[in-house]
Amino acid sequence: MGTDEKNDGGDEPMKIAEQWRGIWVIAYRDLLRFTGDRIRLVSALAMPIIFLVIFGAGFNNVIGQLAPGIDFMKFVYPGIIAMTVLNSSLMSGLSIVWDREFGFLREVLVAPLSRGSVVAGKIVGSAVISLAQGIIMLVIAPIVDVRLTAMLVLKLVPVLLIISISISALGILIASRMRSQQGFQLVMMVLLMPMTFLSGVMFPVNNVPVWMEVISKVNPLTYGVDAVRQLFLAVQPLPAGIPAGIPMPSAIGVTVFGRTMGVLDDTLVVAGLGILLLIMAVVTFSRQE
Amino acid sequence: MNAIEINGIVKKFGQLVAVDGISFNVEKGEIFGFLGPNGAGKTTTINILCTLLLPTSGKASVNGFDVVRERRQVQRSIGLVFQDPTLDDYLTAEQNLRFHAYAYGVPRDVREKRMTELLELMELNDRRRSRVSTYSGGMKRRLEVARGLLHHPQVLFLDEPTLGLDPQTRRHIWDYITTLRKQENLSILMTTHYMDEAEYCDRIAVIDHGKIVALDTPTRLKDSVGGDVVSLQADNQEQALIELKESFKLSPVVQNGMVSFSVPRSDVFLPEFLRSFRSGIRSISVRRPTLDDVFLKLTGRAIREQEAGAWEQMRRMMGAMNR
Repeated sequence: MGTDEKNDGGDEPMKIAEQWRGIWVIAYRDLLRFTGDRIRLVSALAMPIIFLVIFGAGFNNVIGQLAPGIDFMKFVYPGIIAMTVLNSSLMSGLSIVWDREFGFLREVLVAPLSRGSVVAGKIVGSAVISLAQGIIMLVIAPIVDVRLTAMLVLKLVPVLLIISISISALGILIASRMRSQQGFQLVMMVLLMPMTFLSGVMFPVNNVPVWMEVISKVNPLTYGVDAVRQLFLAVQPLPAGIPAGIPMPSAIGVTVFGRTMGVLDDTLVVAGLGILLLIMAVVTFSRQE
Repeated sequence: MNAIEINGIVKKFGQLVAVDGISFNVEKGEIFGFLGPNGAGKTTTINILCTLLLPTSGKASVNGFDVVRERRQVQRSIGLVFQDPTLDDYLTAEQNLRFHAYAYGVPRDVREKRMTELLELMELNDRRRSRVSTYSGGMKRRLEVARGLLHHPQVLFLDEPTLGLDPQTRRHIWDYITTLRKQENLSILMTTHYMDEAEYCDRIAVIDHGKIVALDTPTRLKDSVGGDVVSLQADNQEQALIELKESFKLSPVVQNGMVSFSVPRSDVFLPEFLRSFRSGIRSISVRRPTLDDVFLKLTGRAIREQEAGAWEQMRRMMGAMNR
């Protein structure tokens, strides 16, 4: 039992190794639970697939091409991948509320782990699970006639991870203040569902009523969805006669103050916001007794 | 150095004073009991000692570490068995224990050996790979005890460790705990309202409305009641009461339709009493005082009478704590 060092926060300065241990053990348990819970895995994938099948098949003929070579299916599929990651990431928040209700959170809180490492562990676990689910969704790409390349998948990994980390932090921030699952579900309904629908998953957010455009463009999810979509659309084959390498048509991409966002811009917005949410989540989670 | 030192701990939840200036020490290797109705402040005190709650004022240390300033060392020193389950039902017993071992940094070689040892002791070894959701209440509680001991804590907190369990399982758990205590020189702070369990304690603090009203060994607490407890049912209770007070200079109370009073030596008192008592007696019994009698004498109420109301108070407190 080490030094007598103290600080005002009540936490002795911890060795880096101990912080890692905290992150690892929390993530380990979430992964154990995930792999042991097939029902959750299936239900997490069922919803996006149902969305894709119903909306894709339903609208594909009505809407036609949104840009040369891009039909509705090709437009909505990357959005659905992003949505899968969003929903899965929010589950990390729900799992904290769940643990609080079923008592396991006490086991975590009395363990010699810093609150910061608990939050970080939750986020790591959630990011890995979300990424796995996003990647699994790629399996249906050939069915919906979306082309995949190795480079696309490689680029997709960091982007999906960044989205997942940011949204997990948001989920934990909300969960730190929530005492019941019902409360958390309510927040999901009134805040997060509209956020998802207004993030450009289903339709481009440029030629819409002004109020909707404003909400969409302050909505951080919009940029995550846009980044994923641009990665996909960049590798889709173009019809003959259209030169390759032209910028994303503004009818599909997100334009902020006249600037059409690129993948990097989008990712930076999500990452910046993620860092902010992460700090808030750690502070809020540490403050509860 | 004492295992636990508490000095003037106060905890308020808004207007409610849950713990009102408690002070006591628990010696190394001692089993120390908290006795009192729900809502008396037992759980709150334990939560402060295990760093889940910050005290409003006062000082406390566990294993020599301050519970506010040296939380991490306190957390490493203690094991906990709560009255509410804190296991992950979706994991197996083994996985629950491993999580705990990782979280407390138990080295690998110690971990597996200790896990098997404790699972065998708790008679759960053949079910170690089953999900906890398939366990009975008694098995879960035994698993919690095993987990609380996994990282070789110096101080064990048992908050109603056997609440809602059948007598046989309770007996079992107590056998384990007393064995382990001898093996590992554990100090134990426990709360209970099973009177027979309180008898395992070396010393007991009787706590009521957030204050300690008595603190002594179970034997001396019972002696403080004043010898043996005599209960009788008379043909005419009123008349019997008056006669007991006037002719025998006793202070009888009526409890559950029985008139009861205590005398230093019932073997000397009774023959003489039966000869000279003039009211008709329907039944009479003598027993050694229990801790129930101690509580009754100290607070004027039986522990159990209070329960319903106290439960509500407790729930409100938990609500306030969570908010």
